[in-house]
Amino acid sequence: MRKLINTPFSEDENKNQGVVHTSKRHESAERQVQGSANYVDDIVEPQGTLYAAVGLSQCAKGTINSINLNAVRESEGVVDVVTIEDVPGHKDIGPVFEGDPLLANGEVKFFGQPVFAVLATSVTLARQAALKGEINVTEVAPVLSADEAHRQQTFVRPLHKFGQHSERVDDAFANATHHASGSLSIGGQEHMYLEGQVSLAIPDEEDRMKIYTSSQHPSEVQKLVAEVLDVKLHRVMVDMRRMGGGFGGKETQAAQWACIAALLAHRNNCAVKLRLPRFTDMHVTGKRHPFENSFDIAFDSTGKINATRMTINGICGHSPDLSDAIVDRAMFHADNGYFLGDSDITGHRLQTNMVSHTAYRGFGGPQGMIMAEAMMDKIARAIGSDPLSVRKRNLYGPTTGTTTPYGMEIEHNLLPEMIGELEESAHYWQRREAISAFNRESPVIKKGIALTPVKFGISFTAKHLNQAGALVHIYTDGSIQVNHGGTEMGQGLHTKIGQIAANEFGVELDMIEVTATRTDKVPNTSPTAASSGTDLNGKAVQNACITLKARLSECFAKSLDQEAKAGDVQFSNGYVALGEHRIRFPELVQQAYFARVSLSSSGFYKTPKLQYNRDTGEGRPFFYFAYGVSMSEVSIDTLTGEYTVDKVNVIHDVGNSLNPAIDIGQIEGAFIQGMGWLTTEDLKWNENGKLISENMATYKIPAIGDTPKEFNVKLFGRKNAEDSIYHSKAVGEPPFMLAISVWCALKDAISSLSGYTIDPQLDTPATPERVLNAVAAIQQADSRGGGA
Amino acid sequence: MIRFLINNDIVEINEARADLTLLQFIREHRKQTGTKEGCAAGDCGACTVVLTEPVTTNNGTKLHYRTVNSCITLMSAVHGKQLIFVEHLSDGKHLHPVQQALVEHHGSQCGFCTPGFIMSMFALYHSDSKPDRDDVLHALSGNLCRCTGYRPIIDATMAVCESAPNDKFTAAQEKTLATLKSLERTAPTGTGNIHTPSSREELKALIAAYPDAQLVAGSTDLSLQFTQQLKKVDTLISLTHIDALKQRTKNEHSIVFGAALPLSDVAPDLLGSFPQVAELVTRFASLPIRNQATIGGNVANASPIGDMPPLLLALNATLHLDNGNEKRTVPISAFFTGYRETQLAHGEWISAIEIPLKQSNQVLAAYKISKRFEDDISAVCAVFNVTIEDGKIEAISSGFGGVAATPITSSALESALIGKQFSSKECLNLGKQILFDAFSPIDDVRATAEYRKTVLANLWHRFWLEHQSVSKIETRVVQHA
Repeated sequence: MRKLINTPFSEDENKNQGVVHTSKRHESAERQVQGSANYVDDIVEPQGTLYAAVGLSQCAKGTINSINLNAVRESEGVVDVVTIEDVPGHKDIGPVFEGDPLLANGEVKFFGQPVFAVLATSVTLARQAALKGEINVTEVAPVLSADEAHRQQTFVRPLHKFGQHSERVDDAFANATHHASGSLSIGGQEHMYLEGQVSLAIPDEEDRMKIYTSSQHPSEVQKLVAEVLDVKLHRVMVDMRRMGGGFGGKETQAAQWACIAALLAHRNNCAVKLRLPRFTDMHVTGKRHPFENSFDIAFDSTGKINATRMTINGICGHSPDLSDAIVDRAMFHADNGYFLGDSDITGHRLQTNMVSHTAYRGFGGPQGMIMAEAMMDKIARAIGSDPLSVRKRNLYGPTTGTTTPYGMEIEHNLLPEMIGELEESAHYWQRREAISAFNRESPVIKKGIALTPVKFGISFTAKHLNQAGALVHIYTDGSIQVNHGGTEMGQGLHTKIGQIAANEFGVELDMIEVTATRTDKVPNTSPTAASSGTDLNGKAVQNACITLKARLSECFAKSLDQEAKAGDVQFSNGYVALGEHRIRFPELVQQAYFARVSLSSSGFYKTPKLQYNRDTGEGRPFFYFAYGVSMSEVSIDTLTGEYTVDKVNVIHDVGNSLNPAIDIGQIEGAFIQGMGWLTTEDLKWNENGKLISENMATYKIPAIGDTPKEFNVKLFGRKNAEDSIYHSKAVGEPPFMLAISVWCALKDAISSLSGYTIDPQLDTPATPERVLNAVAAIQQADSRGGGA
Repeated sequence: MIRFLINNDIVEINEARADLTLLQFIREHRKQTGTKEGCAAGDCGACTVVLTEPVTTNNGTKLHYRTVNSCITLMSAVHGKQLIFVEHLSDGKHLHPVQQALVEHHGSQCGFCTPGFIMSMFALYHSDSKPDRDDVLHALSGNLCRCTGYRPIIDATMAVCESAPNDKFTAAQEKTLATLKSLERTAPTGTGNIHTPSSREELKALIAAYPDAQLVAGSTDLSLQFTQQLKKVDTLISLTHIDALKQRTKNEHSIVFGAALPLSDVAPDLLGSFPQVAELVTRFASLPIRNQATIGGNVANASPIGDMPPLLLALNATLHLDNGNEKRTVPISAFFTGYRETQLAHGEWISAIEIPLKQSNQVLAAYKISKRFEDDISAVCAVFNVTIEDGKIEAISSGFGGVAATPITSSALESALIGKQFSSKECLNLGKQILFDAFSPIDDVRATAEYRKTVLANLWHRFWLEHQSVSKIETRVVQHA
């Protein structure tokens, strides 16, 4: 560059005030409302782009004898057809352990498993051709239930136990005055990201490949594409601007489509797009794990737990995928916020002939946590106490204990204070009384209420994933481009990252451009998952900014002959200042450029304090916990099982919020998604192992009318005691589990029919049918003169 | 040829596949990618666009804004209309008020559903009266969002609809009306292999010329054959341009709906005469679907889980059938002959549906039970129409969905309860017992057979409770107008 750009100048010193901790709009909001925010399927296609589709198995288990693809090849518009035999490199794309062949490899493992892929001149022609494959299979009876998996001892991974002392547990059970046990069947969940899985592969010179994908884990897509094509990683570049929703469903599940598109693109030397239609997406991508869990508890007359035994059974589908960590996380959250006494927690990873279940917001945590809440309800009905009193009685603290079943000390427990605040501000006890009065007068409609807490551990439990990188460029007009390893799926990560960078440099938000996530800018990144996106990448970006600020400070101090004072340089309101001297940020940047100072830096971060020993089942897997409390009030119709969620009050802990509007959006959205998981979202497989809730007509996520009429969400506003980015806390997953209060409130309403003596069995999702069955069970117990 | 407006530009299409959807046309032919595909089945609303057309009322002629799911709309449906999609709303410099409102309320996260919401908000923004919260929920009932939990979207919509519409579309209304008038003068002639007759005679001739062609009205179910099942469709004949099939008449005895009237056009008159059935009408799919799907289509489709047939059964409706040569009438109770089979002969179509008006001694209620309240298919649908004289039951007509291979009625209920005191416990218990045993429903993805039987009996319980003169017992978790 010979001559630099003139930097426009506006003398508004207040503009930068509060660029963090304020409700800045989502960086893409204006483009989203105009339809000009591009998703993968919206990218202008290269000339000659062809379209792929996958052909699926029509049984759940068996050995493939032959695959006749003649009719596929002869179908109109077909250009190429591939099977596993056509893969030049690795045939398995399992993310952690082997078990996920790119296309069926000699055997069928679930109904709807991709067996071949076809390339054609249009999307419709490719999909039509994909229906014409003849796959000859010698079928074997599939394993489709937890019981059957236990009977046949089919596991995707060995069991895991927390390191506790089973003799002490036995003693505690022997000595306790009260015992209870229970089991719960917990349904899975379809992610139902509105944008389905999609990838566009564009071949480059020789064996290089460029991939546009809707993925939470571009680095893994890069690695798997390289392995499948048998090239080095540096030959593959993955670009990910935004997803139309992820929720965990694009953490490992996006890679297969990118790999198939890349394989076809490589073979045919043309751009290939593979976009799954919804009816395929739902069959071929993993879901939240269904679980079948059970507990035994020993407690005293006040409801305080002395000992706990719990068996956690994650139904993993056909392969390990991420199930090891998911069942671990279910175990890590089986205590929720409660001290379980002497405990014995075992987690099984059951292999079934279903699609391989995968990451989903909460990552097993919800399926563990709901057991803790089930136990609280069980105790409350057994001793005739209000469930809230039992919950408070068992919280971690001086009167119970402060060590988790996995040996981690609870240091900054916010729950007692948060529960107290919500109980008071949302009038739990007054409403409890009003509900009892209502229920006495109302024979058909019954109301219920519940207040439940959430304590959710923040960090990947796979320690090495707790690292992040960033790359920050400053251009000579003072504008700043930020790249980092996190991906934007709607959660507002890029907005928060922009706020962090703007705050560091003391410039306005519009000086920051957060770009698409690209594997050639920041390498070897972790998935955007575990709620960690801002914690990890925010710190990495901050560190890059700190490096650049040090260089600029030095440059500025030097120009003032005050080199010793470089550490005192301040960046704020668009200026850089040292003592009485100040300079506009872009001017200093230009000065630095002429002084031959590097204006680009990477940044790196790794989470401190983590140590978990999987052999002993003890340690500190989490940097900190995020907390929340919610109170839900419901009405049920005892004639039909229909219900409504009438009022919801939430107080949630996000530390020092980086962006209150975005955080509240995460909390509300997570709550409703959690409510859907526990109420209407009903995955059903038929006896052949075929998913029959296979489209949006048969699988019902919450619609707008399901929004509670009163829905009040408040941020707790306490800064994170740990040194997280500006002392904020992660928010993606924790609030999902606030919705457990809806399930407990439904049970409370049903329990009212027994005078609160029976804890109803209510498996999830608690569909109207399940609610009606639970009502009928209590009415029958009642007519037999039964009680608890 | 099909002529219509895309925003302000007149467009003519002379050649298009029968199975070309409006969404494919927008995304693939016009290369406008703001409108999204989420499901290609009319279930998520990501593809929502607005069609406007002139509507004449006592207050003159004005543009009526309707949302449709472009993923299951055929090109024949846009003839003579103005098509507006998300790219048209802002003027390049300023966001449209509904866009501005959604941005200010933080109503987009991943943004993929957002264009669809924007279009539903835009149509509501142009409605005649200021919507309340329930109106907002109804207008957005066909749009799914997986990220936000909807609260900010509801707030944004309420806020922007506080003021009367004032945008470039309002400003251009007269010009648009004039242009649409000029388009109206050309009858569509169809494109390629989708035919658009505008008279009974043309329809008859086309059926004769293409005996294998399928008849299509709203296309909300038929489209699934090619968007979901990927079937090839050779020839379609659209019924939506025949004025005779879109008439509404009412006399002192009955109300008659042309079979090709979309449900949202049927709803006001139907609810005017039968306000008791609001639950079925307002919970029939979603607003964009009701804007397209026709009352005749829902009957001719003969699905056992359609919501109109049970209602029409209970109301003792008569179907007017036509084949271009002769017309006949069939009571709806005789129309359904088997699973998706009807009395319609080849070449015959439903021209109108006649419903006798409610008598003052009739009590009527319609119930829909589904996993989700909005935009879901009935696990069980039940409509009761009971004539009571001096406290005694004189007649019962009923209609049920989701319990048999066809929409069905229970004559056993009537014969058992006729002459009984409606307020008696006997009437309650006998009715429940009969309905529990009346049908042999199946287990499927929506519900088990046992649940269907239990709920059917319990809906009689609900009906009985709700129509006791002294009862003040609450029976509903959601009230319908």
